[in-house]
Amino acid sequence: MAYEIVVVGTSWGGLSALRELIRGLPGDFGLPLVVVQHRHKQSNHLLTGLLQDFTPLCVAEVEDKAPIVPGNVFIAPADYHLLVDDGHFSLSTDEPVRYSRPSIDVTFVSAADAYGDRSVGVVLTGANADGSRGLKRIHDRGGLTFVQAPQTAESPTMPNAAIKCVPDARVLTIAEIAQQIASVPVRAVQGARRSGVQ
Amino acid sequence: MAVPLKPNRSLNGPPVSYDSELERVEIELLLEGVFRHYGFDFRSYAYASIRRRLWKRIEAEGLSSISELQALVLHDTSAMERLLLDLSVSVTAMFRDPGFYVAFREIVVPLLRTYPFIRIWHAGCSTGEEVYSTAILLEEEGLLDRTRIYATDINDAVLQQARAGIFPLNRMQEYTENYIRAGGKKSFSEYYTAMYDGALFSPSLTRSVVFSQHNLVTDRSFSEFNVIFCRNVLIYFDRQLQNRVHALFYESLVMFGILALGSKESLRFSQYEPCYEKLHPREKLYRKAR
Repeated sequence: MAYEIVVVGTSWGGLSALRELIRGLPGDFGLPLVVVQHRHKQSNHLLTGLLQDFTPLCVAEVEDKAPIVPGNVFIAPADYHLLVDDGHFSLSTDEPVRYSRPSIDVTFVSAADAYGDRSVGVVLTGANADGSRGLKRIHDRGGLTFVQAPQTAESPTMPNAAIKCVPDARVLTIAEIAQQIASVPVRAVQGARRSGVQ
Repeated sequence: MAVPLKPNRSLNGPPVSYDSELERVEIELLLEGVFRHYGFDFRSYAYASIRRRLWKRIEAEGLSSISELQALVLHDTSAMERLLLDLSVSVTAMFRDPGFYVAFREIVVPLLRTYPFIRIWHAGCSTGEEVYSTAILLEEEGLLDRTRIYATDINDAVLQQARAGIFPLNRMQEYTENYIRAGGKKSFSEYYTAMYDGALFSPSLTRSVVFSQHNLVTDRSFSEFNVIFCRNVLIYFDRQLQNRVHALFYESLVMFGILALGSKESLRFSQYEPCYEKLHPREKLYRKAR
């Protein structure tokens, strides 16, 4: 089995969790990493800057139709749903799902439907249940699933909900998750590295 | 239509047992059928989002496959109307992205003052929230009386809503905050009258507005404009269709005319990027330069 995309969902406590995760990834990490973090809709590019300091990978908010290529950490922009198509992103302003836009479930479901068993899903700390149904979809499509160990999470609600929905998910610390996703087999994808973002 | 949702069906996607290749075939057939029978062309819409919207409709109609939805909408006009609403309505807000309106006031308004008469096109205006936002801004800048705003959408039902100028009262707190952040000069409540659960906006705001049906996919340019707003509409199109619409916008702008896109839309993936210059580092305000 070889993989093509990693999607990560988090909410409350997400910033430090994300920092730890991307700090654990090597500079030649071979998969595009897509991050959906709940935040206020007026929030600006702050998150991008706060993460960029921790990785040689290129961190940027997604613009519509940006190609999905390795070497990048793609951040779902505030107040849009982020949909994954085969090879590129699409944004949507459809209604919030369970009060969230971006919704982790929406991104995970679209990644599972577009990439099937080539997708990897990661649920980190958070104070609601978003992401669990999407993680189940990734699992049902044959993808690889990880959940942050609830006792290590700033807010265990989201990891607990994900484990309940996907009992087979690998439950690990963030450092272990980073280590494992950094060593999954990568499916070669055409297209230049880092061409997707500014 | 009260159909109990099965828990695994509420994700606006197919059951996992559904064959993805077959799903794509069915979606293409459905969109082809809708185009040939009704003339609405959704064939070049972004796949991931149209797929999600189709499954939402399938769920709401209590069906279980794309082909069932195809049969229903081809034989039942009212089902087609419901689907048309799902596919064509874009959800927006008054003064969405306040920073955009600040930039518009600071950069675009001074340019507009140099024109004796201003023509603006709101392409894909949906229920009109951004049209009213622009009208309010131009009114406050003293420009509304020398402006004509053409507000168009593919869907006549949403245009009727836009024309009526009634928006949900429970959104007014959010809109007021947006308006203040957008650099509004008055008290937002001066622009509307609360009635029951609606806020009726002053009809004088639309004295310069023409609402009219126009299909970005199939219709041609109909005038020359100083400004074209098309925010968060093109995200629903695939890249090829985006390029076609950009050609339409390019033709429809006067030289040095302004193109305003949504904050996460970009000319970067279109072949028209070299024809425009950026007016702001972050907000998607472009000026036709060649």
